[in-house]
Amino acid sequence: MKNLTHLQRLEAESIHIMREVAATCSNPVMLYSIGKDSSVMLHLAMKAFYPSKPPFPIMHVDTTWKFREMIAFREQFVKDNALELLVHINQDGVDMNISPFTHGSAVHTDVMKTQGLKQALDKYKFDVAFGGARRDEEKSRAKERIFSFRSAQHRWDPKNQRPELWNIYNNRIQKGESMRVFPLSNWTELDIWQYIHSENIPIVPLYLAKQRPVVKRDGMLVMVDDDRLPLKKGEVPEMKMVRFRTLGCYPLTGAIESNATTLTEIIQEMLLTKTSEREGRAIDKDSNASMEQKKQEGYF
Amino acid sequence: MSNKSYEVKESEKISSDIEGYLKEQEQKSFLRFITCGSVDDGKSTLIGRLLYDSKLIFEDQLAMLENDSKKDGTQGDDLDFALLVDGLAAEREQGITIDVAYRFFATDKRKFIVADTPGHEQYTRNMATGASSADLAVILIDARRGMLTQTRRHSYIVSLLGIRHVVVAINKMDLVDYSEDTYRKIEAEYNLFSESLNFLSITFVPMSALKGDNIMDSSTNMDWYKGQTLMTQLETIDVSKQTAGSPFRMPVQWVNRPNLDFRGFSGTIASGMIKPGDAVIALPSAKTSKVKSIVTFEGELDVAISDQAVTLTLEDEIDISRGDIITELEQRPETTDQFQAHVIWMDEQPMLPGRPYLIKTTNKTITGEVSELKHKVNVNSLEHEAGKVLALNEVGVCNFSLDDVIVFDPYQNVPATGSFIMIDKITNTTVAAGMIDFGLRRATNVHWQAVDVHKSARSEQKRQKPVVLWFTGLSASGKSTIANLIEKKLHFLGKHTYLLDGDNVRHGLNRDLGFVDADRVENIRRVGEVSKLMVDAGLIVLTAFISPFRAERRMVREMLGEHEFVEVFVDTPIEICEQRDPKGLYKKARNGEIKNFTGFDSPYENPEGAEIHLHMKNMSAETAADMIIAKIEEKYLLEK
Repeated sequence: MKNLTHLQRLEAESIHIMREVAATCSNPVMLYSIGKDSSVMLHLAMKAFYPSKPPFPIMHVDTTWKFREMIAFREQFVKDNALELLVHINQDGVDMNISPFTHGSAVHTDVMKTQGLKQALDKYKFDVAFGGARRDEEKSRAKERIFSFRSAQHRWDPKNQRPELWNIYNNRIQKGESMRVFPLSNWTELDIWQYIHSENIPIVPLYLAKQRPVVKRDGMLVMVDDDRLPLKKGEVPEMKMVRFRTLGCYPLTGAIESNATTLTEIIQEMLLTKTSEREGRAIDKDSNASMEQKKQEGYF
Repeated sequence: MSNKSYEVKESEKISSDIEGYLKEQEQKSFLRFITCGSVDDGKSTLIGRLLYDSKLIFEDQLAMLENDSKKDGTQGDDLDFALLVDGLAAEREQGITIDVAYRFFATDKRKFIVADTPGHEQYTRNMATGASSADLAVILIDARRGMLTQTRRHSYIVSLLGIRHVVVAINKMDLVDYSEDTYRKIEAEYNLFSESLNFLSITFVPMSALKGDNIMDSSTNMDWYKGQTLMTQLETIDVSKQTAGSPFRMPVQWVNRPNLDFRGFSGTIASGMIKPGDAVIALPSAKTSKVKSIVTFEGELDVAISDQAVTLTLEDEIDISRGDIITELEQRPETTDQFQAHVIWMDEQPMLPGRPYLIKTTNKTITGEVSELKHKVNVNSLEHEAGKVLALNEVGVCNFSLDDVIVFDPYQNVPATGSFIMIDKITNTTVAAGMIDFGLRRATNVHWQAVDVHKSARSEQKRQKPVVLWFTGLSASGKSTIANLIEKKLHFLGKHTYLLDGDNVRHGLNRDLGFVDADRVENIRRVGEVSKLMVDAGLIVLTAFISPFRAERRMVREMLGEHEFVEVFVDTPIEICEQRDPKGLYKKARNGEIKNFTGFDSPYENPEGAEIHLHMKNMSAETAADMIIAKIEEKYLLEK
């Protein structure tokens, strides 16, 4: 009898987690960020319930600053798979003209992403939200449960997490409280890429290198994705062969120079690289425990 | 250094043949393990060292580590590897591990997920969390301090949770001058202690996580040690479980019904293997059929094995739902509502026998209670101790009694169908981990256990759940009338009831009491105590007393278990009561012939949060009675 491979095990664990939520929670939602992890999560959801469709909606909390290619990809993906997609934008933030340039990355992320997410969860009364976070991404993530309890104020209490034994998950909550569930907790970045490779999962083309207009700013290569990017004195967009290791709001996501134009080339490049994937994100650098703090405040 | 050359080899392979490299990666074996042991034995340092030595620390992370080591580090000018793992702000501030951290690394032989678990006794539950999903434990011992209480506690919990392979890492050898003597003493002591534990393999390694001795490379400081390095042991130990010969079990997690033509049962295979055509039985319903197909997104499978998440379709249309277990015909699991289990208690509130908790098994959540705490286990000596309750981090052997049956295997045989968690019904927190030993009251069980007759046994026999329906309201509001009607209807349904009201209580039990406040309170207290005894006897009790004070109604509520007290507020306007006045009491009160009459010179405190509120202005007693029965039917009146 052949043993299961590492990826088969991870796949089975994720499927088990998703089915558990579908079977026991009253109003779940799957958060979809259009990135590679979300794509894998959604692919696993299609598998978990086959021949049924995933018995929950997919939701994107749009900050209005995503790369245009991400939005185009989202629309195509939802259409191809006949999925139910909800898009939520924090209208208060839009009305206040919140932008990463005038208000800084911290305020922008808090208002458009964290507050936007809380608004959406409250609006639709979702009791469980799936997220594509992985434990290898960051130190406080490495400590988080797969079924992660949130108070009625959406707060995470890292010092007082419920014990989580075997694959028996306690998803009981009072009214107003909620759960964040992370089916990809035990996947690594390499596992994700390997799985995308072996399963042929479509990803946003921004992950692959191409000539793109960028400016260098605070040591980061920022792509000029639209004319909302205010160019500083002396800044002239240059065409460079670049790609992205993670995708988020374009002004906050640094590109890397690369010639990797195929999936195997990106994996190759990733394996030989010497920096972690979150390095490209302006949001994580604010302070040492910044992710933990943001999570306590309700960030995913 | 051998790992250096490994790194170079890896890079060359990745550069020249990425496709081949990925294929190799896919075939790598895989190990989940934990590091445990007492505080300061160096668990986090070890993991930091493993990550660092297997080149899994990226440049930006290393820069941050250097920075943090200067700021929060405890190793002088050296890197403090623990800071790589202790990710919570509180952990870094206090320099301790509070919660389990999961880390990932790989060598050319294996992929690893390691759970770094806390050493402090107060965080034992987090240690158990990490241990429950591991196949191997690295138990660290500080060579200077030898075996400590936490070493014993963690070893015992590791054994209890079914981890069969242990590497005892005797750490900080650099601080005892790499003394073989010290090492041998600890080795002998551990061997003696672990005789009564259930391990398949125990190996020892002397090392220094801080200096790197015997982690990746054999230490030149300890020539006397001829064994393998820690990494070699982790890379080579065989922890695979047997699939062949294990009984087939698939707990049904979710019923898959996309349309009328397809009905599949989705679940993760807990044990054994399955092929189309195999005969199966669904328990507890005991309906049999044959597997028609194993459905997956990629197409149908010829065979599926343990740990795979699949969807089965059956030849016959039989009624199966979540909570059932599909199993083979030969080696069947047991079905029971009473069993003995080992329990690790994880809550600040102690475990109280008789208190209802939620019991969640792999696919079923039901109410149950500990009918008896047989004994506690002293983690130091492993001796049995008597006890009435289990406190935080204590381990006990308990008899359980459930409201419904479960299908299970002893944890030792099939962990996935022999484990459960306990959940507090009020706070919803996970309060315990349980491992089933064997079922009780089972004809085939040679260890037949006598079961005391207790509350749930009595009520189960009556096919009902005991409860007090506590009617409160003004005099002549209709309490007794409605309660009488309900009792008749319940009796007709074959339920066992008793009605307590002023007439049958004031003339006997409470004839020494009058109507001043103190007597009213005592009246209710006694009625409460009697109701409690009747609930213990398994009865549905109806009480009809004005019971004007909130505090006393709450007192009775607190005497009883959760869900055993249903407050029914018979809300009839006082004008209507006065019109009815069947005993002429209102008339007398108005004429001043009765003192302390509720609604006149004695207050009635309206209930807040009564389970049932009857607005009687426009409702008949008959309607009210039917309404109440409808409300309690699902929870308290069991079928058959």
